[in-house]
Amino acid sequence: MAEFRLPSNSIIGPGKHFPAPEGATNTRTVKVYRYDPDSGKNPHIDSYEVDMDSCGPMVLDAILKIKNEMDSTLTFRRSCREGICGSCAMNIDGGNTLACTMAIADIEGDITIYPLPHQPVVKDLVSDLTNFYAQYASVEPWIKSDTPAPPDRERLQSPEDREKLDGAYECILCACCSTSCPSYWWNSDRFLGPAALLASYRWLADTRDDATGDRLDELEDPFKLYRCHTIMNCATVCPKGLNPAKAIAETKKMLVQRRG
Amino acid sequence: MTNAYKIIDHTYDVVIVGAGGAGLRATLGMAAQGLSTACITKVFPTRSHTVAAQGGMSASLGNMGEDHWNWHMYDTIKGSDWLGDQDAIEYMCREAVPAVIELEHFGVPFSRTEEGKIYQRPFGGMTTNFGEGTAQRTCAAADRTGHAILHTLYQQSLKHHAEFYIEHFAIDLIMVDGECKGVISLDLATGELHRYQAHTVVLATGGCGRTYFSATSAHTCTGDGNAMVLRAGLPLQDMEFVQFHPTGIYGAGVLITEGVRGEGGYLTNNDGERFMERYAPNAKDLASRDVVSRSMTMEINGGRGVGPDNDHCFLNLMHLGNDVIEKRLPGIAESARIFAGVDVNKEPIPVLPTVHYNMGGIPTNYHGEVVTLKDGDPDTVVPGLMAIGEAACVSVHGANRLGSNSLLDIVVFGRAAALRAAETIKPGSAHKPLKPEDSAPALDHLDRIRNASGATGTAQIRDTMQRTMQKHAAVFRTGESLEQGLEKMRNVVDSFDDVRVEDKNLIWNTDLVETLELENLLHQAQTIIYGANNRPESRGAHARDDFEDRDDANWMKHTLAWTDERANVTVDYRPVHMYTLTDDCEVIPPKKRVY
Repeated sequence: MAEFRLPSNSIIGPGKHFPAPEGATNTRTVKVYRYDPDSGKNPHIDSYEVDMDSCGPMVLDAILKIKNEMDSTLTFRRSCREGICGSCAMNIDGGNTLACTMAIADIEGDITIYPLPHQPVVKDLVSDLTNFYAQYASVEPWIKSDTPAPPDRERLQSPEDREKLDGAYECILCACCSTSCPSYWWNSDRFLGPAALLASYRWLADTRDDATGDRLDELEDPFKLYRCHTIMNCATVCPKGLNPAKAIAETKKMLVQRRG
Repeated sequence: MTNAYKIIDHTYDVVIVGAGGAGLRATLGMAAQGLSTACITKVFPTRSHTVAAQGGMSASLGNMGEDHWNWHMYDTIKGSDWLGDQDAIEYMCREAVPAVIELEHFGVPFSRTEEGKIYQRPFGGMTTNFGEGTAQRTCAAADRTGHAILHTLYQQSLKHHAEFYIEHFAIDLIMVDGECKGVISLDLATGELHRYQAHTVVLATGGCGRTYFSATSAHTCTGDGNAMVLRAGLPLQDMEFVQFHPTGIYGAGVLITEGVRGEGGYLTNNDGERFMERYAPNAKDLASRDVVSRSMTMEINGGRGVGPDNDHCFLNLMHLGNDVIEKRLPGIAESARIFAGVDVNKEPIPVLPTVHYNMGGIPTNYHGEVVTLKDGDPDTVVPGLMAIGEAACVSVHGANRLGSNSLLDIVVFGRAAALRAAETIKPGSAHKPLKPEDSAPALDHLDRIRNASGATGTAQIRDTMQRTMQKHAAVFRTGESLEQGLEKMRNVVDSFDDVRVEDKNLIWNTDLVETLELENLLHQAQTIIYGANNRPESRGAHARDDFEDRDDANWMKHTLAWTDERANVTVDYRPVHMYTLTDDCEVIPPKKRVY
């Protein structure tokens, strides 16, 4: 019988407690997954009592406050702080989302923060997205056109045709969707995952692109596309309100239709 | 300690530092032309701050009414308050049309007109017929134009197999006898150092909005390239010109595009008055950004601000209708909901002028080559070094940038740098070997910060700097306040001697990176506030209460600022280029700037 056992270094131990500053009366507990690759130690959960009276409204504000005032070793990615760069994707209160657009007030009880699930952890909340980015590149997400563009002006595209890209081009590559997908957890080596498939669909839907046939050929594979089982976690968690599952369904439909 | 670092060596024809719009456009252009090209970037390319640009990119396509690049050039010069170099502005406005067409051919999902052409919206300061009418010149992909352009440029870079070194933090340039020979970076994932030798290094490292407390700029906008240039003994230009965007969300500082006003939105004060009509009778809410930001500040200072503390203004777009909001402004509807709790269909957005853009930066010519003042020649090219995008000061924006001219700037000069590199570099040509001492300054620099074991946290020093700059180098400036600011900044800089990096590890050490960034910011903050105190006139974004007029006789010149190791500033000057590149247009002589 197969034996399932977690590797010993995956067991998460208790961590340090950082009390609230003196005089703070309105505090929330933020529990953060910590992993320090240099230490050789197992990951652990540190808890921080954060003074909410001097903290901004978002989860990112809370972890910035921790880093700035309580523990400067806490490590996470962040940049735009307005939900457009996709850097601060993490697992907050059990769901994948962007720390910068997740309001603290929308979380009940302690605020728990983990890195994106099922990705190798580099340090603390920083996960290794190498495979995710490689899958994005693998769908060759650039325009392919056999028709030469007019030399001195734009290609024409009707507003109706342009509208077909709405919901497909706005992806910020935060990886919330793919790393929330159970099918991706099992088969991320071969299933492309919702983000890469949405990127692929963005070009399938673009009337300026002529490579629909080649793109569909590439996707016609038991794993790359068809491991999507419409679980819909992708659409549930997308912090931009996109629906990758729908794009995947449209792609499957295109494959069926071309069989005639 | 220096020997403890493992160094990995690379040689390339060109190395680009930064993967925003300018960096990516240069990267793919250089790779496409057969130069061996590497792009090193501290964030994954699509996370660069170009992604946050909303409203659009200017180009006189004339898709929605008559337009001409001559008019665009006039508007840009007037917008610059005659501090822009007119040869470079001519180049940018002429090249705007092919640049935006090229982006469309790359696949940028622009919004479209009924005829299927690229949709264009009005923007501040953009006029027809040399100031007469309102131009619709700003090419838009809804209100996510920066996102659309940046992702497309990254996709094109993938297509051209450009090599990226992602999440690498650039430490310093390698300078040998006044020539740039390469750059050294820290790989965040491994803690290893990389040394790149290149015939040309292109700095596309963006601006330094984070010198201030409240900025639309990302946390990563720390002007690292600017600071590397200062450490290389070269000057920055016109750093005192800092743009305040009129509509940052009150409190959060998040950007709300000028495109809102382009689509018909307007500002109001506590009386519900559309006050821009008083300050700019013709252009009203579409006056240039410095004018609108000053007007808002005067309303607030005059007690007519909105809110419980009368300290901000309202941006109204309820009247635009759901259709326009959904089609043209969906992103800001989302931002307003998340960051201000406002439904833009029903309520106005609370807004405040917020630090947004650095007109100043690394002085370059219109090819993107870095220039400096040497032996009396203000246009001496620094061999092996280029700068593009917000990091650069070409200068196409002078004392005030027009909205939608920055996406234009990055694409045009990213492309120009690629063209120039192809002209001047023979692919695969040999490099002279570097000596170990050539990289020593960079390694010493890293070592010094990494082992900083004082008592003051990085965040604390950064906070004091940001608050000082916010208070003393704001929308309106006075000599008295600037003098106080200079003194405070001196103390802030000195306090950096006592900085502490708590995290001593090398893998993903953001404590170290933030401290290196803080040091970068401190030097730039010094050039900003020193330059502001040094310039006794009001021009563009630099408004002095004690010198209310523009002084063309004495101050129509670029400031050059150098810093020493202690961030002490010295200045000199370069003349403004009052000539054009060709005879297809005329020099626009200075006149009073009225909107």
